[in-house]
Amino acid sequence: MIPPFVRFVIRRGATALVLILIAGSAALLLARAAPGDHLSSFEGDQKAIAAERHRLGLDAPILTQYGRWITHVLRFDLGESVRYPGRAVSDLIAEKAGYSALVGVVALLFATLIGIPTGVVTGSRRRGPLRLGVRAAVILLLSLPPVVLSLALLLMASRTGWFPVGGLPAEPTIGEMSWYLVLPVLALGLPVAAVLERLQARAIADALATPSVLAARARGISRGRVVWRHAFRQSLTPVLAVYGIIIGSLISGSFVVEYVMTWPGLGRLMYDGLVSRDANLVAGCAATGAAFLALGVFVADVALAAADPRFERSR
Amino acid sequence: MTRVRAAGALILVSIVGAALAAPSLTPHTPSQHFSGYEQAPPMRPRVVRDGRLSRPFVYPVVLVNRLERTYAIDRLNAVPIRWFANGAIASIDESRGPWLPLGADALGRDVFARTLYGARLSLGVACAATLGALAIGLLVGGIAGFHGGRTETLLMAIADFVLVLPAIYVVLAIRSALPAELTVSQVFWSLTGVLAAVGWPITGRGVRAIVAGERGREYAEAAYALGAGPWRILLRHLLPASTAFIALTATMMVPAFVLAEGTLALVGMGFRVPATSWGVMLRDAWQGNAFADAPWLLAPAAAIMMTVLGLQLLTSGSPVEGSQAGTFQ
Repeated sequence: MIPPFVRFVIRRGATALVLILIAGSAALLLARAAPGDHLSSFEGDQKAIAAERHRLGLDAPILTQYGRWITHVLRFDLGESVRYPGRAVSDLIAEKAGYSALVGVVALLFATLIGIPTGVVTGSRRRGPLRLGVRAAVILLLSLPPVVLSLALLLMASRTGWFPVGGLPAEPTIGEMSWYLVLPVLALGLPVAAVLERLQARAIADALATPSVLAARARGISRGRVVWRHAFRQSLTPVLAVYGIIIGSLISGSFVVEYVMTWPGLGRLMYDGLVSRDANLVAGCAATGAAFLALGVFVADVALAAADPRFERSR
Repeated sequence: MTRVRAAGALILVSIVGAALAAPSLTPHTPSQHFSGYEQAPPMRPRVVRDGRLSRPFVYPVVLVNRLERTYAIDRLNAVPIRWFANGAIASIDESRGPWLPLGADALGRDVFARTLYGARLSLGVACAATLGALAIGLLVGGIAGFHGGRTETLLMAIADFVLVLPAIYVVLAIRSALPAELTVSQVFWSLTGVLAAVGWPITGRGVRAIVAGERGREYAEAAYALGAGPWRILLRHLLPASTAFIALTATMMVPAFVLAEGTLALVGMGFRVPATSWGVMLRDAWQGNAFADAPWLLAPAAAIMMTVLGLQLLTSGSPVEGSQAGTFQ
């Protein structure tokens, strides 16, 4: 008999693989189904163009092309890029995906470290100036989606010169990297921090209203300990439950942040592919993005299962 | 709490009102060029002149250096604001130059007029897409909730799948599969369709839950016993139960779609020049870092922010409070 936790992990892993394949396939089919390809805008020797099409397999029926792509993908070969001629899509992705993952992970950590403690404090207090101030700041941040926030931060940077105005130098050192990382992380992380603060505040307030907390207080346990130990543990479940969605919105948000701040990441690469009609590149990026999403949702689910006492009992 | 919500409603209503009343708020058109006013700074209305209160007036700006695009405020020639003249509520006698309340862009166009007229396209596409998403959501959710069984499982699995996808990539992929050169109305309808296609699952899931819950209630049984067919029961009896929920999701979707339009046009995959939308203006401001020298070019970003803020205030205290409009960021 397989233990329930292992079964859970296996089932999740299988779902993730299906998600990755569907995302990649859909992107490839969409890019191929569109009329024309990257060669249609070239003028000149029609014979040479036809030969190049044949070499890349673009003259085959769409399903044949798809079949060819999927058999290669199962061998971890994502094909050749036409936007960057002669380069393998998997190399390009390996080069850029790290930058996207870096911003995403740092932004998520930043949002968690800011949002969760603030939420615990505001959720466990009565009305007061602190709660009101945090509330106003949170509403303001929720109204500043990454598009607007990244433009505002760039404006701030170009006015004050405190931070570099987007981009990333070639071969950055760790110091430079963290310097250039500040603005993208703020643009991506601050709205998420606001979402987490709201969720955590409500979860803590709900947890404090349960009889178990009242019982703990009646046993003489101090208020701070009740909030940070007892109520916090209870509030973890509803907050962790939304981390999957938050990771999805981080991946969405990272696209526009990478575009506006010219950060050399996966979103930027996929955009290049879309604009230049590079179907292999688009499909590879979509599959990688789906892999990030699936990995994030998986980690969130495992954390949720680990924090949920019901799971512990059934083990 | 009611006061906060009223403030949110007020913000949203004034934005929509400003978009509708654009021609009576400014005498300029969005594509009108004012030569010699390229990137001119905002000319705010003033009421204090030489330390004394006066009737509202503006100081005109004069070009100092054409290359560096520097302007000076002409404090000697105050121009009074006239009411209900030139077909606009407030305007000035423009013989000494135009009144540009929010400055001009790199081509000398009135940013205030462009923001007002741009709202029409941005809000228009957002409202159309919201209606589309609601229609799909009602249809799918209604059928799933009414049928139950395998149909329900399949439809809700699709809804869950669409919900978890990073919407902006789906929209970009679909958009890029369409021809690059489209007319304004073609862009309008394709954006509407694409946004509706990714926006329906929240409505669909909610409607399904409501319909499935109401299906077993006595009034639905009674309608069935009286011989009403399935469509009649669904349309006349079950779907009206989801009205409140529909209103809530619609309020959330419009700002999200405004944001999506802004993002898509910013990356060059939405409306394009010569159309005027908030997203097109953002692209103008972002290209070549123009907004660094002329922050007033970010007026549409402020407009987007106010739209989302209106939503946040309007929904404060409700179950969806704090959920980000930015599923489509």
